[in-house]
Amino acid sequence: MRFLPFVLRNLKRKKTRTLLTIGSIAVSLFLFGLLVAIESGLNAGVDVAGADRLVIRNRISLIQPLPLAYQQQLLQIPHVEQATFSSWFGAVYQDQRNFFPQFVIDTDTYREVFPEYEIPDEQWQAFLADREGAVVGRATADRFGWQLGDRIPLQGTIFPGTWELNIRAIYEGREAEADETQLWFHDAYLEERRRWGKGLVGWYTVKVDDPEHAVEVAAAIDERFSNSAWETTTETERAFAAGFAKQIGNIRLIVLSIGAVVMFTLLLVTGSAMATAVRERVPELGVLKTIGFGDTTVLGLVLAESVLIAVVGGGIGVVLAKLFTLGGDPTGGMLPTFHLGGDAMAAGLALSLVVGLLAGAIPAATAMRLEIVDALRRV
Amino acid sequence: MVRVDGSDSDTALIRVRKLNKKYRRGAETIDVLQGLDLDVDPGEFVAFMGPSGSGKTTLLNLLGGLDVPTSGSVTVDGDEITHMSGRRLARWRARHVGFIFQMYNLIPVLTAEQNVELPLLLTSLSRDRRRRQVATALELVGLADRMKHYPRQLSGGQEQRVAIARAIVTDPTFLLADEPTGDLDRTSADEILNLLTSLSKDYGKTILMVTHDPRAAERASVELHLDKGALVEAGRAEVAS
Repeated sequence: MRFLPFVLRNLKRKKTRTLLTIGSIAVSLFLFGLLVAIESGLNAGVDVAGADRLVIRNRISLIQPLPLAYQQQLLQIPHVEQATFSSWFGAVYQDQRNFFPQFVIDTDTYREVFPEYEIPDEQWQAFLADREGAVVGRATADRFGWQLGDRIPLQGTIFPGTWELNIRAIYEGREAEADETQLWFHDAYLEERRRWGKGLVGWYTVKVDDPEHAVEVAAAIDERFSNSAWETTTETERAFAAGFAKQIGNIRLIVLSIGAVVMFTLLLVTGSAMATAVRERVPELGVLKTIGFGDTTVLGLVLAESVLIAVVGGGIGVVLAKLFTLGGDPTGGMLPTFHLGGDAMAAGLALSLVVGLLAGAIPAATAMRLEIVDALRRV
Repeated sequence: MVRVDGSDSDTALIRVRKLNKKYRRGAETIDVLQGLDLDVDPGEFVAFMGPSGSGKTTLLNLLGGLDVPTSGSVTVDGDEITHMSGRRLARWRARHVGFIFQMYNLIPVLTAEQNVELPLLLTSLSRDRRRRQVATALELVGLADRMKHYPRQLSGGQEQRVAIARAIVTDPTFLLADEPTGDLDRTSADEILNLLTSLSKDYGKTILMVTHDPRAAERASVELHLDKGALVEAGRAEVAS
């Protein structure tokens, strides 16, 4: 710590260069933070998926339905505590750009299987009592300015016609990563009006009594419906959500690729700045060694400068990214969540630290190896 | 007393024996120092003179542990420094040697006070204690009122006085000065020489100074001449050869 004022003084030596380097790192980490927020938004379902839940879908593909009659049969399988179903509705509110996911749900069982969505009891009761009632996530309600009691028209794309729904409840997620963009309404309402596919549902979600039994239950379910007209594939909810997200592309790979490019660019920028700083200071480094600063102390001083620049720049970038995410989803609803968590911020700072160490390594080693007599000759 | 004949003395603070330093320049080998012997007792103020390229600065660098001889030995206060590792040599320099350069070599982004404090950062002294020692050193060189000034705000003579304060702040065993007045006008040079003389006479500091300036050399208690790699001529005072 006694060398810190000296390190800080050195950083002030070329203020413009230091500020530009810090700025470059801040911008890069800001972009990195946004990418992480987008990635976690697109994988939100994966991150919050329950370990004690299994999703059963049609073996052919997710868009193929399953019979409603399976629900009772699922409940008979050992270790299954509850079984609920959902269907993708796919309608448009006012404009194609106003996308948000809508699901038809089994109102009798859904809340028991998905307790992470918090809904005031009186609102839930109001929803149950209204066949045309709907539950909407806080993010979507805020996005469109919907209030309890509002009647909203949806234009069906899979199920044609105008579907008018009454907002009876607004849910919020217990975790920051929870998806608050969905809208749910009664399966009974869909059954009543649909012209085709009656008695079919999109997929089932079952709750098992213990995650230890998940593999056994999944095998039993698929075995139970094998050789039927509606064969199933049962997977963990996490795998199901990951598969859903992968329909957009391998988001994690894209983020990692961009992150790697950002890191490489940062290495070049910071490394170049530090190499120049050391080159300019060769005689001074010679003086420090003359008066007794050891090679490792000189190495540490140069590395400390590099790390300080990187961490300050990275810190600014990560904080700016966090502030940006607090402003909400910039895509207008394409992302279920838009959130930069504490662990992602820590990862950004750690990345900055690594960049600082790597970028400073060669200049610091050069300073360390400097021969005093050669350095003093350059005065 | 200073000896250049290689005869052993119990009182010598600095003892140099058969010191050789060769440089290679392409295919050519240059013998800068050839079997040099030197003994310096504590409290002596020695001036090394000689033509350019005679090896004065090389000798100073070897005495200060900044360079390694081709052969021979340098012993200071019982410590043989020629075979010390780099890390040990750095610690030894910090403890035993104060350096004064021709171009002052102050760190431009540090104030006079911070420049003088630099060698103390390598010690375990508390901040308060460091500050007190810095104040004492700057007072001694007459710059107590310039503590917060940066080098660019000081004259050449003042900069050199800050450099001297930096050299003495750890109370080293001896001082090495390489052309300390070489970049100064006459008045400033006299001030620096007065200061060095005072450090030698009043505080008993051992000083070894390289200079081209005969007037500077006159201030030393002993004047030695380097020629063709050896100390061939002794000046005034007690010199045995």
